[in-house]
Amino acid sequence: MAARTTTRLAVGYALAAAFIVAAPRFLDAYWLDVLNSVGLYVLLALSLNLILGDAGLFNMGHAAFYAVGAYTAAILNTRYQIPILWTLPASAVVAAVFAALVARPVVHLRGDYLLVVTIGLGEIVRIALVNDVFGLTGGANGIFGISRPMVFGYKIRRPHEFLYLIWAFVAVTVLLFHRLEQSRFGRALNYLREDPVAAEGSGVNTARYRLLAFALGAAWAGMTGTLYAAKMTIISPESFGFWESVVLFLMVILGGSGSIPGVIVGAVLVVVLPEVFRGFASARMLVFGLVMMVMMVVRPQGLLPFRLLRFKESDVRRAGASS
Amino acid sequence: MDAPLLETRGLRVKYGNVEALHGIDLAVRQGEIVSILGANGAGKSTTLRAISGLLRPSGGEIRYDGKPAAGIPAHERVRLGIAQAPEGRRIFGTLTVRENLVLGAFTRSDKDEIAATAAWIYKLFPVLETRRLQLAGTLSGGEQQMLAIGRALMAKPRVLLLDEPSLGLAPLLVKAIFRTLREINEQTGVTVVLVEQNARAALKLAHRGYVMEVGRIVLEGPAATLASDPKVQAAYLGGKTGA
Repeated sequence: MAARTTTRLAVGYALAAAFIVAAPRFLDAYWLDVLNSVGLYVLLALSLNLILGDAGLFNMGHAAFYAVGAYTAAILNTRYQIPILWTLPASAVVAAVFAALVARPVVHLRGDYLLVVTIGLGEIVRIALVNDVFGLTGGANGIFGISRPMVFGYKIRRPHEFLYLIWAFVAVTVLLFHRLEQSRFGRALNYLREDPVAAEGSGVNTARYRLLAFALGAAWAGMTGTLYAAKMTIISPESFGFWESVVLFLMVILGGSGSIPGVIVGAVLVVVLPEVFRGFASARMLVFGLVMMVMMVVRPQGLLPFRLLRFKESDVRRAGASS
Repeated sequence: MDAPLLETRGLRVKYGNVEALHGIDLAVRQGEIVSILGANGAGKSTTLRAISGLLRPSGGEIRYDGKPAAGIPAHERVRLGIAQAPEGRRIFGTLTVRENLVLGAFTRSDKDEIAATAAWIYKLFPVLETRRLQLAGTLSGGEQQMLAIGRALMAKPRVLLLDEPSLGLAPLLVKAIFRTLREINEQTGVTVVLVEQNARAALKLAHRGYVMEVGRIVLEGPAATLASDPKVQAAYLGGKTGA
């Protein structure tokens, strides 16, 4: 059964990859740009999923880490002329260190309390950016003149070129995060989510794994920030507001907490549905909100929920045979 | 052999401003089964949780294997050999039986040895093997207790802490589980510290016992002596001579 799920998943990913590769042939620049936006949100939602879905830590300030990454990239690029894609590691590290520092005193908080604290964190970061902290962030205007990314001497500037850059990053991320899910680290996060006391009592260093989840999730959001800065060439605080954090939270819950394909589907729907509902004109967000409410009532576990049964039968047989 | 494996001296624990333990002295030797008895709210579970590290003591000492253990976090104590089957079992209902057992071995890394321990646990509790692919939340109360004990044993502990293993179980099932506990103790020499309200069953299993009342130890001694003590009989064994 596990094998069949894996096959189905592989087929799903292959179809999605084929669609992305072929998209420039039948989609116009507008829809390609929507797809780029989807790709960035998929990355952000997957990074939040590590924290919210896998470790069960209610983080509603994820846009803060996204902002830290984007601004790190923008500052390094515009002030020190470092090629934008080369700033990826720096964005990851700065966002991760920032997350580890701010999360350290609060990660032991339970669900709703942590939620309130992270909302505060998101707002503090946004306001700090508006107020031009350290004279680096350009205040409410933000930073402009970020250079275009170069890949092997080729300048990326048109939507379909960004499409391949962003979605290549998505592919790598999905692959890595699936590996992570199966690892000791991934298992520890799941135990932590299900019952922190029992996990600690079984030898899981819960404080450390919580921090690691925050740091890793933030690192990925930070790198996504770099891609965003490269695509827009201009960034400003309004792109990293509270609503951004809410939307990411929504994608994870809607798609299925802890499930990588679920979160991808969640991100796609949350970005694409409002576009599809453009026919309803000003009522489109209303329709979108209604769809979401119905979803949560009808299918509270998410669209593609996380499945826990994932031991290989051979593994079980070996233990059974030796008894 | 003379020095106790696990010891508390003047152990105090506070919940906010209320002191729940007013100085507990316990000494458990290697290979012993020790029962801590007492009524609701006497501080039995609090004592156990301080030993496992889930609660921070406000005073006194905990010594394990001759060294102070008070500053060591709970997950690290599991690595050092103190594993606990917590009150209310706290198994992972959304994981399978087998995955719960695998979690118990989180501190260990040798795959073959972990499989061997799992096989041994399936032998002790055969019902766990037949239900190994079932979600743990669908097990009966007794099976969940077996799983909680099995999960703690997966860490290959030197000291097994059990918090109310008989809670909510039918008397026959309690008897079967306690018989298995004795078997485990005899087979592996693992030290067992057991907190129980079911004094009769606990004293039958244990070598020695402590009786707690409102945060203090009021009696201690060999299990047989405690079982025939008139005060214990009156308070915990329903006034009749123990079986």
